Amino acid sequence: MRRGLLWIPLGIFALLLVVAAFALRNPADPTIRSRLVGKPMPDFALAPSQPGHPGLAAADLRRGQPRLVNVFASWCVPCRIEAPVLTMLKQRGVPIDAIAVRDRPEDVAAFLADNGDPFERIGDDPRTRVQFALGSSGVPETFLVDGRGIIRLQHIGPINADEADDIYRAWRDAK
Amino acid sequence: MRRAALALLLLTAPLAAQPTMPSSPYAYTQLPDPKQEAEAKALMETLRCLVCQGQSIADSNADMAGDMRALVRERIRAGEKPEAIRRWLIERYGEYVSYRPPVEPLTWPLWGAPVILLVLGLFLARGRFRRRRR
Repeated sequence: MRRGLLWIPLGIFALLLVVAAFALRNPADPTIRSRLVGKPMPDFALAPSQPGHPGLAAADLRRGQPRLVNVFASWCVPCRIEAPVLTMLKQRGVPIDAIAVRDRPEDVAAFLADNGDPFERIGDDPRTRVQFALGSSGVPETFLVDGRGIIRLQHIGPINADEADDIYRAWRDAK
Repeated sequence: MRRAALALLLLTAPLAAQPTMPSSPYAYTQLPDPKQEAEAKALMETLRCLVCQGQSIADSNADMAGDMRALVRERIRAGEKPEAIRRWLIERYGEYVSYRPPVEPLTWPLWGAPVILLVLGLFLARGRFRRRRR
């Protein structure tokens, strides 16, 4: 009996090794997803970021038609890579609005001149307020909002060319 | 694999890019009322920075953490209770955003472990002392 007890520390150590090995093989996913997917868009109203584009409010996102809301910034490199994909989605008929995070209007204007402008409304979110309200933790992120203002999908990171079809289908299904 | 690596690289890029905007008014400025500032500080120390996830927003230099500190300070200043602000963030980002684990069935072992270990230690120590006396 006493003899057997001596093995317990070694056993615990072996167990720890197994736990460590398992954790090393399966690193934790650091992506923080918004808990608002499936819930209504929180109330907000953002001033326009650009002349020629109205600002964006939650009320604009429950007008019966599903829309994409792209959270972006001119200082965000992946947003540049994503821009042509958004333009393609717009050409396929997907209406896209945008929220410019922590950005200067003149920088946004330069970004749109460089990378194309697929957006209808562009809200200015200089203090990240609305991004926080959406449960979004980076740029770019894209939300699909259905005609009743319910968030149907959150895409984290740039939409790659091979993901555009999935987004388009999700938009079509939200109709 | 290379695609995955590229995707990872793209995900890290926004962390490296620095926006040129000035920081929010209360990102680096304390509240005028020391009692409110203490409340805000205590809350900020238990909220996770979303882009640098090992740090609290009180410790992080990330712009996003600065904006989150400003959000906390402005809401405290407006009279909101710290726990209400924590709940507001948890509703959006999940429990992960808070460094203080809630007491719920899933976390009972976490809260119970110190007590159980202490009792176990006392029990072992008692056994030791008894034997020595004999």
